[in-house]
Amino acid sequence: MSARWATLIILAVIIGTIPWFFPSGFYFRVAALIWVTALAAVGLQILMGQAGQVSLGHAGFVGIGAYTMALGPKLLGLDVLLCLPLGAAIAGCVAFVVGRPILRLKGHYLAVATLGFGMLVTMVLVNEVALTGGPDGIRIPRPELLGWRIRGGETFYWITGGALLIGVWIALNLQASPSGRALAALHDSEVAARTVGIDVAAHKLRAFVIAAVYGSVAGGLLALMNGFVTPDAAGFLASIEYVTMVVIGGLASVPGAVVGAALLVLLPQTLTFLHEYEQAVIGLLIMLFMIFLRAGIVPGLAALLRRRPA
Amino acid sequence: MGAELLQFLVSGLTVGAVYALVALGFTLIYNASDVVNFAQGEFVMLGGMVTVFAVAAGLALPLAAALAILVAVAVGLLLHRLAIEPARGASAVTLIIITIGASIFLRGVAQIVFDKQFHQLPAFSGSDPILLAGAAILPQSFWVLGGAVLVFLGLFVFLEKTLLGKAVLATAANRLAARLVGVDTSFVLALSFGLSAAIGALAGILITPITLTSFDVGTMLALKGFAAAMLGGMGSPLGAVVGGLLLGLLESFAAGTISSAYKDAVAFVVILAVLFTMPQGLFGRRSVERV
Repeated sequence: MSARWATLIILAVIIGTIPWFFPSGFYFRVAALIWVTALAAVGLQILMGQAGQVSLGHAGFVGIGAYTMALGPKLLGLDVLLCLPLGAAIAGCVAFVVGRPILRLKGHYLAVATLGFGMLVTMVLVNEVALTGGPDGIRIPRPELLGWRIRGGETFYWITGGALLIGVWIALNLQASPSGRALAALHDSEVAARTVGIDVAAHKLRAFVIAAVYGSVAGGLLALMNGFVTPDAAGFLASIEYVTMVVIGGLASVPGAVVGAALLVLLPQTLTFLHEYEQAVIGLLIMLFMIFLRAGIVPGLAALLRRRPA
Repeated sequence: MGAELLQFLVSGLTVGAVYALVALGFTLIYNASDVVNFAQGEFVMLGGMVTVFAVAAGLALPLAAALAILVAVAVGLLLHRLAIEPARGASAVTLIIITIGASIFLRGVAQIVFDKQFHQLPAFSGSDPILLAGAAILPQSFWVLGGAVLVFLGLFVFLEKTLLGKAVLATAANRLAARLVGVDTSFVLALSFGLSAAIGALAGILITPITLTSFDVGTMLALKGFAAAMLGGMGSPLGAVVGGLLLGLLESFAAGTISSAYKDAVAFVVILAVLFTMPQGLFGRRSVERV
């Protein structure tokens, strides 16, 4: 059995069994938040980990997905569930148009350009109060499927868990496909990749669009789950958090993105007992993880296990 | 009309000088270590906050300012010693995340040690605006601009005229070669962290009477300083200064003539336009990828 299937089965087992250990319904909501955040992080892992292109504006696409859920019904009278694929399509198109010029930049310059993109999205969301509700945010209509009202932490747990499973499956397949190997090649060296005949620009653009679609779907699900969305979902801090998740989990690893997301969602939830010390401890933990497991948690632990077999 | 333009010019240069100082801090550390230090904005925060609280505790302003710079330098050196040095050899992204962790940590500590309120310092030489050709200019603006010019000149003399400065430049150009000719590169690295912490803190002290300060002002400043450094071309001190001033001017003129809500947007659109035509920034070195 390949490592790919092992990863998927482990994830499926985790999603399927941990509800047994939940002492209360609140845990469904936290876990659903982890799955949906992880979905966005997996998308960014494809762009950053596989293609090696930094993005400090990933949350911009999450915001596009989330706000489509509010604006589709409000402006176009669409069913809110239809807005999920609509948001994905919009984010994909925006990424296609924006990505073409932006992805010509490299390294820190690309980081600044994506940062600018994220800022523009946030600024529109904050300032166009009549349309988006401004900094106070906007409500999302309650979804209904064939007369069944989709609601409750448990329902969203299974929906987001399923979405994450599909997302990870696609990401792992992509990594193992010729396309994924092309991304790995251009990650190592664009010049070398180009000389062996890889269309570098097209592959980078594709990774950017895929990452945007992941972000948008995650944003849409998040908005559905909360029934509400504010511009913070698209903000710079959110973008930085996604990058931190991907790097802390292990840049080169798809399950790493899930682990990183789980860690960064859980830390503030579990450290609330520290009150005002919470932020300082979170910052300290991020530093310690990166200093001692510099390749990230999943690759770092895997290397440790290999060195000292149990 | 002329008075209005002068007004935009001065306020743009004032804010721009602060961005330029932050961008200089980025550049110094980047040149010595390839680390993009996202905790740079926290030095500015420390400069402002320590001064505010020291003044409130009864210290004279110059003493409080000196104390603030000392605190920031100590934090910068500790950051280097405890967080960057142990991770030597890690990838650039790993190091960036470490500095992001450091900035969250410093912000967290600041909200415990200080508080979550906004604070102001009294302007150094009164707050009555000076009328100049119809434009009303805050005296504090001259302090900011003067301070920035002194830092630029001091840094220029240091880098070009002193042996230690040349060691810094040599380390930036080629770390291995610098070590081969006897430059203590780890000292240069520590020096860069200390120096950019001092520059950041000074920016924080000078601008606090105009813009107020609080424990979380660092994030936005780091972001702007980073953008300014990129606009000028990463690694170029001159680029950092020009990039910072340009960014400040762009924001000020956009706020005055187009829309204050979208001033940041205008600035970023211009940055994007510049990068599309000059992918290495205004003064950046053209890099050739080795295979």
